Amino acid sequence: MGTKKDVDDRFKKFGTVSFTSISKINDFISHLEEGKVMTTKCTECGFVFFPPRADCSHCLSSSMEWNEITGTGKLVTFSTLQFAPVGFEDDLPYSIALLDYGDYKVFGRIAGDVPDDEIKIGMEMTTAVNTLSNGQLNYVFQKA
Amino acid sequence: MGKVAIIGVGQSTFVRKYPGSIKELAFEGFREAMNDAQATAKNIDASIVCSAPEYDKQRSPAGVFAEYLGLNPQPTFYVESLCSSSSTGLRLAYSMVKSGLHDMIAVVGFQKMSEITSAESQERMGRGADIQWESPFGTMMPAYYAMYARAHMEKYGTKPEDLAAIRVKAATYGQINEKAVYRKPVTMEMFSDPENIMGRPVASPLRVGDACANADGSSCLIVASEEKAKEFSKKPVWILGLGAATTTVNLAGRDLFSGLTAARQAGEQAYKMAGVTPKDIDVAEVHDCFTIAEMMAYENLGFAEPGGGKELIQSKETYKEGSIPVNVDGGLLSKGHPIGATGGSQIRTIVHQLRDEAGDIQVKNPEIGLIHNIGGVGLYGNVTILGR
Ligand SMILES: [Zn+2]
Repeated sequence: MGTKKDVDDRFKKFGTVSFTSISKINDFISHLEEGKVMTTKCTECGFVFFPPRADCSHCLSSSMEWNEITGTGKLVTFSTLQFAPVGFEDDLPYSIALLDYGDYKVFGRIAGDVPDDEIKIGMEMTTAVNTLSNGQLNYVFQKA
Repeated sequence: MGKVAIIGVGQSTFVRKYPGSIKELAFEGFREAMNDAQATAKNIDASIVCSAPEYDKQRSPAGVFAEYLGLNPQPTFYVESLCSSSSTGLRLAYSMVKSGLHDMIAVVGFQKMSEITSAESQERMGRGADIQWESPFGTMMPAYYAMYARAHMEKYGTKPEDLAAIRVKAATYGQINEKAVYRKPVTMEMFSDPENIMGRPVASPLRVGDACANADGSSCLIVASEEKAKEFSKKPVWILGLGAATTTVNLAGRDLFSGLTAARQAGEQAYKMAGVTPKDIDVAEVHDCFTIAEMMAYENLGFAEPGGGKELIQSKETYKEGSIPVNVDGGLLSKGHPIGATGGSQIRTIVHQLRDEAGDIQVKNPEIGLIHNIGGVGLYGNVTILGR
């Protein structure tokens, strides 16, 4: 009983359906709970990673620091889904998208309240934490 | 070391629901290839089995197939690179023959997508990306390729009709391919008819008609050393060039969205190894899992400049009579896409073309053919160049 409590499965809170729960970077979820979407930066070589990671593929260090994503990114591309995988049907229709922040890119969803006809490649958007109707957490892109 | 040849090719008919087991399905492609090579199981000194394992109930299919195909006690190996598994199998077979370790190898690709229930298949569809960072947003293959289509349209002014024209071409040839799963004609009008399913949005800007047909199927290639090829075959087809590359699974790690970098890099490697240029290619099979994928293939392989793919299809240059015939067997769009069998089926078509045995879809006197086979959303790029 006591040992089971020690399992850090915070990642199960990520997204409409989470497919994994145990990762060395589960602090990402605690930061989401505080309203922050974070990158990791290698303290040895300075490389910034999104998605965040525990290990640096450039210098093989595992020393990382967390930094908040702030400011705006440019919309690279997107698609609005009319069909969804199992477990995501209630979210339809929704748009998946990629934002370019220069040093890194962020993959996620466009906020549901952005009208379809206002979504344009190249537009400036921000990244914000979002609580889903089932209580899960993710992040969405909003008009800047 | 001598050259390496393909001396036998086979595939099953691609169908929605195969009425048999996976080993019986594999047997169909194997038998056709063995008859084609006029070989017996004794001649085969190793086998390579290729599929995407998430559709299998059977653990380690390679061992099961070795028994059923009569290939014991020879060694067998299993490889996977999603939809390009059997091109990866060919690359391994080439290496194993070139090294002298083996001299005749059967590369068996298969997928029985109906092995699992439609609900199970839907569930797996949702796990097609990085399950930690992208799948929790509700992603699926059509939406990823749609993001590429959107970027291509934005950058080059490509229209949905340009993509639909690729579907129409595929159906032109799917109708006359007895092994194709989708044998009906498709017209441009079907995309604009609100009553027709072809034009129904799936993931904008892609529509139902932009997506390939799922299928069960198997394929088989018999790969041989130069010495064995000359002993067994009057018309060996030689492997001239091989290219393989990868990119990041996460879209966040990529820089290009109007093309597939792994396809371009694999193409460059294969052209260099074969000592040829895009102009030398007489007939090609490209991985048209979606119409946009064929459009990008034209450009990534150098059949057109970046952005020039739409002119290539609109001028019908990729039809059988055009300057660079592409997917004149119906492609994945009409022939069907049984994941692990697809590359082998593409290679089979080019081998038939180079032997002048392609029947109704034969292009005129081809010397050099190319196969472009992609795994995942541009994740694994594989290009093979064959010559007679
Ligand atoms: Zn580092």
